[in-house]
Amino acid sequence: MKLQPLGDVAVVATLGEGIDPATLARVLDFAEALGRAKAKGITDIVPAYASVTVFYDSAQLSDAPGGAYESVCRLMETCAVQSKSLHGALGTKVVEIPVCYGDDYGPDIEIVAEHCRISVEDVVSLHSGADYMVYAIGFTPGFPYLGGLPEALRSPRKDTPRSRVPGGSVGIGDLQTGVYPMASPGGWQIIGRTPMQLFRPHLEPAALLKPGDRVRFKPMSPGDYELWR
Amino acid sequence: MEIKVIHAGMQTTVQDLGRRGHLAQGVPIGGAVDPVALRLANLLVGNAEGLPALEITLTAPELEFEKDAWVAVCGARFEGVPPWRPFRVFEGDRLKFGNRVQGCRAYLSICGGFDVEPLMGGRGTFLPAAFGGFEGRALRDGDVIRSVPSERVLSGRWSIDERVLPHYSREPLVSVIPGSQAAEFGDALYSERFTVTARSNRMGIRLEGPPIARTAGGELVSTAVAPGTVQVPPDGNPIVLMADAQTLGGYPRIAHVVSADIPLLAQLAPGDGVRFKKTSVSEAHALARAEERRLALLRQGLAEKIRSA
Repeated sequence: MKLQPLGDVAVVATLGEGIDPATLARVLDFAEALGRAKAKGITDIVPAYASVTVFYDSAQLSDAPGGAYESVCRLMETCAVQSKSLHGALGTKVVEIPVCYGDDYGPDIEIVAEHCRISVEDVVSLHSGADYMVYAIGFTPGFPYLGGLPEALRSPRKDTPRSRVPGGSVGIGDLQTGVYPMASPGGWQIIGRTPMQLFRPHLEPAALLKPGDRVRFKPMSPGDYELWR
Repeated sequence: MEIKVIHAGMQTTVQDLGRRGHLAQGVPIGGAVDPVALRLANLLVGNAEGLPALEITLTAPELEFEKDAWVAVCGARFEGVPPWRPFRVFEGDRLKFGNRVQGCRAYLSICGGFDVEPLMGGRGTFLPAAFGGFEGRALRDGDVIRSVPSERVLSGRWSIDERVLPHYSREPLVSVIPGSQAAEFGDALYSERFTVTARSNRMGIRLEGPPIARTAGGELVSTAVAPGTVQVPPDGNPIVLMADAQTLGGYPRIAHVVSADIPLLAQLAPGDGVRFKKTSVSEAHALARAEERRLALLRQGLAEKIRSA
């Protein structure tokens, strides 16, 4: 584990380099141990792919021996040891997300099909036939970065990002896929759209998904999409 | 009481000191881009320092007040509006701002604070996801926003000692802590002057200068970023992330602006310049403590003024 400062506000622990379930499992166990410690002055714990970033309030830790940064590093080293006995809930929650593929819902599906030299139907069956893992939540509130895209669907990001992608859009960016919970700019190839709300600021938790959750996509018809809405 | 928005200005939003504890769900910290100016504006009208105030960007609104009220405007300076002191507006008054003299963002506080519902632990507006603050959006002409009634009696015959104000400048020298990928870049960040471009917003300040070349390193796996993080995308023009920064980033981080200097960046308008110098984490924390001591002194002084008014 490598510890580095993120300015004067956080400490980043790097636990690996790749995007793989084993590294994510260690990252989530470590984040869990940090959360359980309920340490004073810690404001946010952010796991993502191969790292955990711990945000702290330096004013609350100014009296700590060696200063705030050193005290957060010590906490992280202690929790890293404790986390070795945890074998967390990686992949125990499976969320099925209905997607209306193609047409106006997924305007880039033909670009993906052409790039991958397969049919539009194959794009749908490959995308909805795979198991995905949430590696991180970010970009916009509730946006899940999903690993597990079949290599046959790997597609480049758009050269010029769209200034507005509708909320619910399902996209492919290189070897990742994800869902835009709300309208935002976006550079991924959009292949479909879900009526499911992935971010609900009035609920707790607001984000439907968290790192470690599994996701499956299920094709739905435009009629069902409109009914659901 | 009601405050009528006659003209909204370029981008006027309700902001506070942001949201904590939701970064893991992708919710940015948000809040005032210049948190010190917001805190001072609140303190000047006797409010708790984190109450929601209006963040005014580059062009100011015109507001009509239903009743007498004490207000204060801190941060960017506008002609015709007394800076860094409380002043009284009377029933039916229209508060008009003149031309912008200095800075980019002003904070207008009102005695009692603006009346908006908290959401996820904050009352600030997060524009990209359209939630929080006043209907999740910037104010528009014709809106009516409410303030919480307050009977507090103030006096306006004084202003803040300039020495406690941030050292705003149109070309500040900003302290940064080297970032995770600092070694993959030369020393260009510390030798050049960078210009603020018009593509800057609450999410980030986009700078332009001699492009910064990355001499090593490949694609990065995304990790957390925060307000202050300086990223260098492939075009070599650095971006300093600000209050509404997305929570994860995949561009290399060359540096991170210390918390105490965030207000200096928050007040840079397009065309202004900035230079950077290196510091350490412990020095940054010392700067933050010094800032808090200055604010504590001011809080104490103000409490006495307000009591004796």
